[in-house]
Amino acid sequence: MSRNMLGVINLIHESDELEALTASRCPASVPFGARYRLIDFTLSSMVNSGISKVAVFAHTKYRSLMDHLGSGRHWDLHHRQSSLFVLPPVTDDVNEVRRGDLFHFYQNRDYFTRSSHDYVIVTRSHMVCNINLDHVLEEHIATGADITVICKRQSELYGGMARKVMTDGAGRVTGMQDHFGRLNSDLISMEMYVMRKELLLELVDTSLAQGQDHLVRHAIMSRLDTLLVRSYQYTGYLGVVNTIESYYQNNMQLLRPEVWKSLFFEPGPIFTKVKDEPPARYCEGAKTSNSLIANGTIIEGTVINSIIFRGVHVRKGAVIRNSIVMQNGIIGENCNLDRVILDKDVRIEASRELRGADAVPFVAGKRKII
Amino acid sequence: MGRKEMIAMLLAGGEGKRLGVLTKDLAKPAVPFGGKYRIIDFTLSNCVHSGIDTVGVLTQYQPLVLNSHLGIGSPWGLDRRDGGMAVLPPYVKQKGGMWYKGTANAIYQNMGFIDRFDPEYVLIISGDHIYKMDYDLMLQEHKRTGADVTISCIQVGWKEASRFGIMHVDEKGRIESFEEKPKVPTSNMASMGIYIFSWTVLQQYLIRDEANRMSGNDFGKDIIPAMLADGIHLHSYAFNGYWKDVGTIESLWEASMDLLAEKPGLDLYDRSWRIYSVNPNQPGHAVAPGAEISNSLITEGCLVEGGVYRSVLFHGVRTSPDSRVQDSVIMPNAKIGKGARIYRTIIGEGAIVADGVTIGNPSGGPITVIGSDEFVAANQSLLEVEQP
Repeated sequence: MSRNMLGVINLIHESDELEALTASRCPASVPFGARYRLIDFTLSSMVNSGISKVAVFAHTKYRSLMDHLGSGRHWDLHHRQSSLFVLPPVTDDVNEVRRGDLFHFYQNRDYFTRSSHDYVIVTRSHMVCNINLDHVLEEHIATGADITVICKRQSELYGGMARKVMTDGAGRVTGMQDHFGRLNSDLISMEMYVMRKELLLELVDTSLAQGQDHLVRHAIMSRLDTLLVRSYQYTGYLGVVNTIESYYQNNMQLLRPEVWKSLFFEPGPIFTKVKDEPPARYCEGAKTSNSLIANGTIIEGTVINSIIFRGVHVRKGAVIRNSIVMQNGIIGENCNLDRVILDKDVRIEASRELRGADAVPFVAGKRKII
Repeated sequence: MGRKEMIAMLLAGGEGKRLGVLTKDLAKPAVPFGGKYRIIDFTLSNCVHSGIDTVGVLTQYQPLVLNSHLGIGSPWGLDRRDGGMAVLPPYVKQKGGMWYKGTANAIYQNMGFIDRFDPEYVLIISGDHIYKMDYDLMLQEHKRTGADVTISCIQVGWKEASRFGIMHVDEKGRIESFEEKPKVPTSNMASMGIYIFSWTVLQQYLIRDEANRMSGNDFGKDIIPAMLADGIHLHSYAFNGYWKDVGTIESLWEASMDLLAEKPGLDLYDRSWRIYSVNPNQPGHAVAPGAEISNSLITEGCLVEGGVYRSVLFHGVRTSPDSRVQDSVIMPNAKIGKGARIYRTIIGEGAIVADGVTIGNPSGGPITVIGSDEFVAANQSLLEVEQP
């Protein structure tokens, strides 16, 4: 069924309080879960659900994202019958880049009009989940909704920011507020909207003509009376990753076996750019417990409660606890790290001590040498 | 089609009888090795790192797993517009078809494929060995000596020598004699089964060899001796890196353990000579609280809850609490039950070891092998040992 649905991953003005992690990249390409980037979860859910045409509305700092996505090969989106479009803003005016997402939807309307698909799903990249979108489209069609928004009941967001949704007994959305609003509801929006392509194009034209600029905040939230907007309830694992705290805590959640098993395997696998790293090598004297470790890693020291990305080298005597070490990090001999997030290519010289706190882990930016 | 200086012909039809149950449903080159690879990945990766972009892979025995692994060669970058990888199984001709009768006959039957690229040189290799080698350096040597044939060779232990093609060379490296698998070896200079032929010369000999009904159509047994008898120039190319024939259970296990040496002869972590393979798309492996891992290779998708010591775990392996895996190789998606003990064993893909089972002998003796998808039940603690 999802063969009849276009995918749009909308990165325009995506919420971002990831500080140093997004200094030179957009949230979509922030590394997550030992070998992935945030966008992999939404993108894999789309392809696993049979969506074969996906557009990524890139906005700013998308160089690393383009490198990651490439031709779409790793998600099987590079065939005659499938495609991945990375669509940056079509303008040379800086002021226009700042405009709301509706303006960019309008500029990219060719993407919609050139296809024969009837439905569209518009998503963000910071919702870490593994979802069968086929079920969503089925329910969307069966209920006759104009718009279906995917939601989840979840009160613990670990500091992540998500819109809150109020529904009536029949699942119709009656209220929706940004994360800071006072709406008292534990139903949160996963920022995934399914609708007919024609409706989306109409909302874009009408809203822009009315001086509105934002798809959700204006075009959808101001029309809850006139449009039938329904919620679809997702029950799998959800991580809302747009703050440092929620980034850290949701990574730590992956250490729970039930989360590891469901997020990475059910209903489908999560795909990412392949690196051809050899298996992880544990040396004599290595100690590891309660951790998630990617290929290409060499462990000579101790790793406890941590997430270790591809190609990391933990030297002798080093102790890493409660931390996240991204790709190609080098942890020198006898270092002692606790509650730290090390971005890619960070090098910690021998015998350093680094310590963060639970809600405020210590963050080292890309290529830093400490 | 553009002319190619050198193309590779990779012999991947080996049945691998001595690998027992491991090759029940798949050809030897497709046997998993090193935590995430199959044996053939090493030679294919060598080809692309040596600048060879055209590889004919000759398949014959149990090709299903091998074919699906190879695909169109994308993992190795061999999905090319000109050349790339071609899988070449035996095929039926107007006057009936036949199997590849021997290594030389396999090449003979594919002379048409080689001629399409009109190469100056043809590299003949096989998909049964674990090593990293720059074939381009060998080609430079072939050109420098002006030989018609260059054979790569390595010093092997005298005890093993009778498993290989054994040669004598003069002080300049020219080959004086060659004997395939001699009962009583008179030298320990072994052929690695890697040949560079000047194509025009090889072509003549292939045609001549095919016409000879007495011939076994084999490179080592027929072609090379015939060339030596004619006095054409065969030169040796000495290789002194890590090279291992993994044709037996014992040697497959040894080569796996070699990867765990403090300074392994074969460095999988060298970024300039990556070994490429099909990627299983699995998450990072999870190490549970209470797990203990030392001196091992663990691949993505594993869930380790027990102890793993000096072992190689392929992707998707699950080990349960209180289990112990020692000096062993566990192939993809196998499951080790609670309290199970695995010593000096190779466990095939998807096999399940029930709770509390003990397999293998920790102190020595032959290596135990459990076939793919086998279920080892609790009451079966004394297993039939597969003799290598």
